Amino acid sequence: MIIAERKPINEILGMVRDAEKILVLGCRGCVTVCSAGGDREVEILASLIRLGMQKQGKKVETVEGSLVRQCDKEYIDEIDQWTGQYDAIVSMACGVGVNFIANLRPTVKVYPGVNTSFLGGSADQGVWTEQCAGCGNCVLHLTGGLCPVARCAKSLMNGPCGGSVNGRCEIHQDVECIWQSIHDRLGRIGNADAMHTIAPIRDWSTAGHGGPRKVLRDDLTV
Amino acid sequence: MTYTPDIQAFCCHYTSQQTVAEGREGMREEGMPANVTLNRLVCTGKLQVSTLLKAFEEGADGVYVVGCPADQCHNVKGSQRAAKRVNAIKKALAELAVEPERIEMFHLERGFHPEFIEAAQVMNKRISALGPCPFKGETP
Ligand code: SF4
Ligand code: SF4
Repeated sequence: MIIAERKPINEILGMVRDAEKILVLGCRGCVTVCSAGGDREVEILASLIRLGMQKQGKKVETVEGSLVRQCDKEYIDEIDQWTGQYDAIVSMACGVGVNFIANLRPTVKVYPGVNTSFLGGSADQGVWTEQCAGCGNCVLHLTGGLCPVARCAKSLMNGPCGGSVNGRCEIHQDVECIWQSIHDRLGRIGNADAMHTIAPIRDWSTAGHGGPRKVLRDDLTV
Repeated sequence: MTYTPDIQAFCCHYTSQQTVAEGREGMREEGMPANVTLNRLVCTGKLQVSTLLKAFEEGADGVYVVGCPADQCHNVKGSQRAAKRVNAIKKALAELAVEPERIEMFHLERGFHPEFIEAAQVMNKRISALGPCPFKGETP
């Protein structure tokens, strides 16, 4: 899922400083699961906005809502139920949600309530870790299922580098050297030879280096 | 101008039981400040961050939570969860340049009467010294 974190409250207050009616809009997708932008976080942010404004001697009204997803056109249409009740939206979805609202509602002011951090999973309660960088050309079949793009500090395709010490990365001893783990795992699954295959120079055009990406499925477009 | 702080206490059934049994008058006689409002809950683990923030929105100058000792909560981790949420609000208050000590967590043995009253007195003294909560409005 997409992992996000609420932005500092003062940054958000700065965005909405001229608004008198604010729609705080959550998303029931990824950001609900990672506790950054679901119904509960909407309630908390709306309260913090009111308190922050109150402290500055300003009056503000907040409307709280959330959409099934903010990354689908048909759900964005549901925003129309609040028309006239807000002069700015603070979206607590990932950046996709904010972009979708901006794309589809050309005159609406929309601001990000969270920092969209990475694609990851829940490693423990309250802990999320990055697992994939959405590179557009997955190599997990060559690396024992562990991603060198997202999880190696240098995104090396032929690792480990000389900074790997006792399974830890040279950038910080808290960071796993994913190439050590790839090596160990390939050995465990009977594929140790794969370490001898030199990966060719990589074409990063699928990773966003060729501009914004698009997936088009002809069989689904009618 | 005299200022009497509005203090909202959120406490679990177990920590407040004995004190509350005294009744309002009994509590006063024991030294419970009249400006502390008790909000009783089944367990402090049930407390949401938004409930505590709402107390500030509704005019509280100080807020505190009383739960069981961290390792002896009747509901195992309830008071630990409450303490984490209180901490989250301390951080949010600091972000808004409001004194984080306006909210506090107390872990008390169940039914220990003088300590329960003492927590109220500690908060009353602290919040009286801090003055009215800045959320009550500043001129811009
Ligand atoms: S808008 Fe973002 S957070 Fe919400 S479901 Fe879509 S991808 Fe996930
Ligand atoms: S190789 Fe690319 S697509 Fe595969 S997990 Fe890593 S970043 Fe994601």
